[in-house]
Amino acid sequence: MKRLAKILGVAMVLLGSISLAACESYGDAEEAKPNVYQQVKKSRTIIWGVRNDTRLFGLMSIKQNKLVGFDIDLAKAITKQMLGKDGKAVLFQTTSKTKIPVLKNGNVDALMATVTITPEREKQVTFSKPYFNAGQSLLVKSTSKIKSIKDLNKTGITVLAVKGTTAVANIRKFAPKARVLEFDDYGQCFTALKAGQGQAMSTDNGILAGIAAENKGYNVVGGTFTNEPYGIAVDKGQTEFAHAMNRALSELKKNGTYQRLLNKWFAGIPGFDIKEAAR
Amino acid sequence: MWNLFIDNWDTFLIGFGNTVLCSVIALIFSLIIGSGFAILETVPSKLWRTVARIYIELFRNIPLLVIAMIFYLVIPQFLFKVNGFTAGTIGLTLYTSAFIAETIRSGIGAVGDGQMEGARSNGITYWQAMRYVILPQAFRIVIPPLGNQFVNLIKNSSVLAFVAGFDLMYQGDVIASSTFQTIPTYIIVGIFYLILTLPLSYYMQSLEQK
Amino acid sequence: MDFVNALSWENVHFLLQGLWVTIYVSLISIALSFIIGLVLGTVRYSKIPYLSAITGFIIDIIRNLPLLLIIFFTYFGLPGLGIRVNSVVASIVALVVFESAMIAEIVRSGINAVPEGQMEGARSNGMNFMQAMFYVIMPQALLKMIPALLSQFVSLVKDTSLATIIILPDLLYHAQIVYSQNTNYMIPMYLIIALMYFIVCFCLSLVASYLQKKFG
Repeated sequence: MKRLAKILGVAMVLLGSISLAACESYGDAEEAKPNVYQQVKKSRTIIWGVRNDTRLFGLMSIKQNKLVGFDIDLAKAITKQMLGKDGKAVLFQTTSKTKIPVLKNGNVDALMATVTITPEREKQVTFSKPYFNAGQSLLVKSTSKIKSIKDLNKTGITVLAVKGTTAVANIRKFAPKARVLEFDDYGQCFTALKAGQGQAMSTDNGILAGIAAENKGYNVVGGTFTNEPYGIAVDKGQTEFAHAMNRALSELKKNGTYQRLLNKWFAGIPGFDIKEAAR
Repeated sequence: MWNLFIDNWDTFLIGFGNTVLCSVIALIFSLIIGSGFAILETVPSKLWRTVARIYIELFRNIPLLVIAMIFYLVIPQFLFKVNGFTAGTIGLTLYTSAFIAETIRSGIGAVGDGQMEGARSNGITYWQAMRYVILPQAFRIVIPPLGNQFVNLIKNSSVLAFVAGFDLMYQGDVIASSTFQTIPTYIIVGIFYLILTLPLSYYMQSLEQK
Repeated sequence: MDFVNALSWENVHFLLQGLWVTIYVSLISIALSFIIGLVLGTVRYSKIPYLSAITGFIIDIIRNLPLLLIIFFTYFGLPGLGIRVNSVVASIVALVVFESAMIAEIVRSGINAVPEGQMEGARSNGMNFMQAMFYVIMPQALLKMIPALLSQFVSLVKDTSLATIIILPDLLYHAQIVYSQNTNYMIPMYLIIALMYFIVCFCLSLVASYLQKKFG
């Protein structure tokens, strides 16, 4: 037993020092970051972090065997606008949970992945101007008595959301009495709703509209109770790159490409106002 | 990293508590179920042996993540509602019980047929021989491998994170995605797991060396 | 629930592509982690001053952590050191790191199970430590390790499913893509991939028990 205690003692000390060292080296990496804008101009390639599970924005389509959605098209258009015709957009699939870490650690150059601009996130990353205005809403069974966010603020109510999304914090703010369960993707989250693991699923209206359009018996209710402007995220301090994004985005708005993409994906989606989104 | 822990210590501790709770529950039940199927595999009846074999092979050869998902998403649609913690713990219990059954069965095998025959020829029944002669010896043989299974069980409990089971890994995910301090958060989570697993596996190593 | 449409040829074909990724990632990881585990286990056993102790300590830390954490550390941590990773590379690195530690432990207890007299005998016949290890101890130890090694390999195949969390395009991930097209497919998908994993792992288990009978 004595020997065991000794081994454990040494183990814990070593472990502590390793983890401290790990943290420090992680911290160092934060400081000496190269200028991403100069890099992408040189390599003529932008690596985009995008979604793969989100209908209308970024979804892996089996039929076409590629990623499709508004975010995907816009990312490609911005790449061409910024780097010229030979510019290449590489799509790197991320989830809600992994998107910010893969941007922070330099694995992707920019995120076009339904990322809401929030003050907390602005401490970690630099955002472009908003490219899409969403708002958080609720998805419920059509037989449900829940009509708005107010109906959720009761004990015994469980709201389903996806890890790493702003929906989680917003529900805690608007309906503090409700319990929030978090999942890794929208499919799991919606199936949990179907399995009765909660009374409502909450995220941005565009995403919910995509799910409701595919599933009879489920409705988006209560309008939007938050503003969720989506921005293109680049790593903190890459202001030159963010400005370049803004320039490209306003060019695309001027030449009509932006409106064309918006119509392509969102025209005819019930309960969805294109003018609101492009505001 | 220390500040991160101080700011979120309650969240970490809830996760730690749930991981411990889930591991203990799963350990107890998987020991019971596992021993049951191990014994079933040695009974003379071929039918029961086949049943045990099917159970063990089924749960041993499907990823735990898939098993937990099926319990969480499929069962509620047909049978009864389960929350993530319960579904994950049930999945973990059944998965581990298959490994424990396999471990104990090999222990029973190691005790040898001679012992059983000897005991039977002394006039005691099959079940008495099992209870008083074979199992006590078998358990002594299998304690180190069982300990390793328990270490695996604690590590595998991290699968609760996928079914919103509020365990250590889930709470880590929640903290990481709200503080954006991904690596430091997971280092703290790792230290918590090591607090549980490291003493146990050193203890098992020292048992093995005796 | 919609079994018929869920299991259209298109979807099944897509799942099979995922299964192929699961299999090749597993095979690469098995090969690499077997070699590395063999070396690490031997180093740990050899009682080389400092080196063995440090190796042993690192092995113990790694094998006592959940694989999920190792996957996160590789995926989120490696790029911090200036290495851009894709999910296939990150998954293989994480699996190899974790499984090598597990295999090193199996190797160590396998070597321990060979009677000590064997080493002494070999040494007194004029072999050096490496020769004795290679020609006398290892062959016997490997025979003893076969069952544990094979069940570890089966675990590795199952463990690849955890890498779905970092978007390894494996079987589980492809199933998730299928049910993102239509969430009605989710339950059929989980059941069908459970079956697919079962078939692959069970075949491996059968090989394991055959080898166990042959050598055991």
